[in-house]
Amino acid sequence: MVTMLKKYKKFLPLYLMFLPGAVYLIINNYIPMAGLVVAFKKYDVRKGIWESAWNGLSNFRFLFMTSDAWVITRNTIMYNLAFIVINTVVGITFAIFICDTLSKKLKKVYQSAVLFPYLMSSVIVGYIVYAFLSHSTGIVNNSILPALGLEAVNWYSESGYWPYILIFVNTWKSIGYGCLIYISTINGIDASMYEAAMLDGASKWKQIRYITLPSLTPTVITLTLLNIGRIFYSDFGLFYQVPRNSGMLYSTTNVIDTYVYRGLMEQSNVGMSAAAGFYQSVVGFILVLVANLVVRKVSEENALF
Amino acid sequence: MREKPFSKFQILANGVMLLVTLVVILPFLLLLMSSITDENVLVANGYSFFPAKFSLDSYRYIIQSGAKILRAYGVSILVTICGTLLNVSLSALMAYPLTVKNLPGRKIMMFFVFFTMLFNGGIVPSYIMWSSTIGIKDTIWAQLLPGLLVNAWNIMMIRTYFQTSIPDSLYEAARIDGASEFRIFGTIVIPLGKPILVTMGTFAGLAYWNDWTNGLYYIVRDKGLYNVQNLLNQMITNIQYLVQSSNSNVSSAAANIPSTGIQMAIAFVAILPIMLIFPTFQKYYAKGITMGGVKG
Repeated sequence: MVTMLKKYKKFLPLYLMFLPGAVYLIINNYIPMAGLVVAFKKYDVRKGIWESAWNGLSNFRFLFMTSDAWVITRNTIMYNLAFIVINTVVGITFAIFICDTLSKKLKKVYQSAVLFPYLMSSVIVGYIVYAFLSHSTGIVNNSILPALGLEAVNWYSESGYWPYILIFVNTWKSIGYGCLIYISTINGIDASMYEAAMLDGASKWKQIRYITLPSLTPTVITLTLLNIGRIFYSDFGLFYQVPRNSGMLYSTTNVIDTYVYRGLMEQSNVGMSAAAGFYQSVVGFILVLVANLVVRKVSEENALF
Repeated sequence: MREKPFSKFQILANGVMLLVTLVVILPFLLLLMSSITDENVLVANGYSFFPAKFSLDSYRYIIQSGAKILRAYGVSILVTICGTLLNVSLSALMAYPLTVKNLPGRKIMMFFVFFTMLFNGGIVPSYIMWSSTIGIKDTIWAQLLPGLLVNAWNIMMIRTYFQTSIPDSLYEAARIDGASEFRIFGTIVIPLGKPILVTMGTFAGLAYWNDWTNGLYYIVRDKGLYNVQNLLNQMITNIQYLVQSSNSNVSSAAANIPSTGIQMAIAFVAILPIMLIFPTFQKYYAKGITMGGVKG
């Protein structure tokens, strides 16, 4: 008993170190997990989550009766799929280009350039996009379209353009992230493989095809699977700030995250919002687990667990 | 080294990347240009890379009569500094015990941290808890606490670094010498772990500087607690309100909207700190991405 106590006394400082952060995680992460039950309740602000009355599945029934459920699910998944494909293809292309530049200095310049927009807040990105697309003052309507002899477009009320705009903006903003990972993988490729290939007279394209791309495959598979694990989540800022929360664009810009936000903050429709949030959390959790199981099969060291 | 002339491929690669660099830089240039364009010209001709008339009025306005704007910068700076320091210290304090192999319960503690990466309650319960249960609304804590203070990813990254880059023998020697765990933490772990702490600090700092959602959710009445991003966001909201409601009750909203030039100037000053420290901190940031990117 005494030795037991002594043993724990020795470890006590370590537990104390862990404690403050742990308390935070309980408050910030664990309590809201339990709070997910609000999806099955008729939420009453005065009573709070725990005291509010249960109402079974009716929040979900209301959610899935509307066409919203389908639209936000479709948008969330389709955008994420597009982002995965484009960020992979463009990211690898840029990474290969950057690794074969004329000088070390240029390589640094290009690397910084692709990373820079990634550091911007979505509010700023929204402002920048607005400078291009604003109906009366935007540079696209004022300078670019007239130069091409085209009519001005009311960008913030024409939903059809937004899949292209959002995909472009997302690539512009976040291409640096994957690109840097691919660059570090390419830097890790044994240089002698390229030397041998060149001695054999392999063209640049053949070197890429038979050395670079195969070396990148594990990274690509892992990144893709992990992104599929997060396919039910989207960058709230991108879908809220860049379309400027414009109601006319919802059919192509509303994703689960923006839907949950609007239900909660703008329409005070906590029930439906909570149901959509629950749907996202649970399906998202299952997808993360499945994606990780697959990653573990493909390349164990990259699996989360 | 290289004796051969540049290959066709290199010329193509550089051509494309040069173009990409332009596509990255030009939008920021447009932001800067519109912040120094004369307001009348801006309204008449729209945004332009080559404004017909320059004016520094927007920046003059920010300095002279922009108490609200300067205050928002103050909030941004204060919250970013406190948040970053707290984030890094709390994460390091959590990460170190997780590296002590014979610590009873270590596996459970690991899982406790890790599980938050897999599953989360989402914004609805979080919002209800922070705003109703804890009552954080319209306090400065709202900018500091929800979501950003500690996250599992930072802890895992720091733990991995402590484990792989600080030799076990150092800890053991210190323990044999009778050093307390706090002493080991302060004299070995922190000094030797500096690279990872700086790296994680850049992530935390950027997250705080760029955050606008906490203000969106929790700063409702006391607009004095807005940070720069909230201020910028509010200007858009007010404009949307003007555009969407055609009734006459909008004059108060209209009065709160600074001119486009001023908005662009605020936006530009909001990214200025990032631009200024980018050369120094980008290598840490990039390192963080490549170290944990696949997992991030």
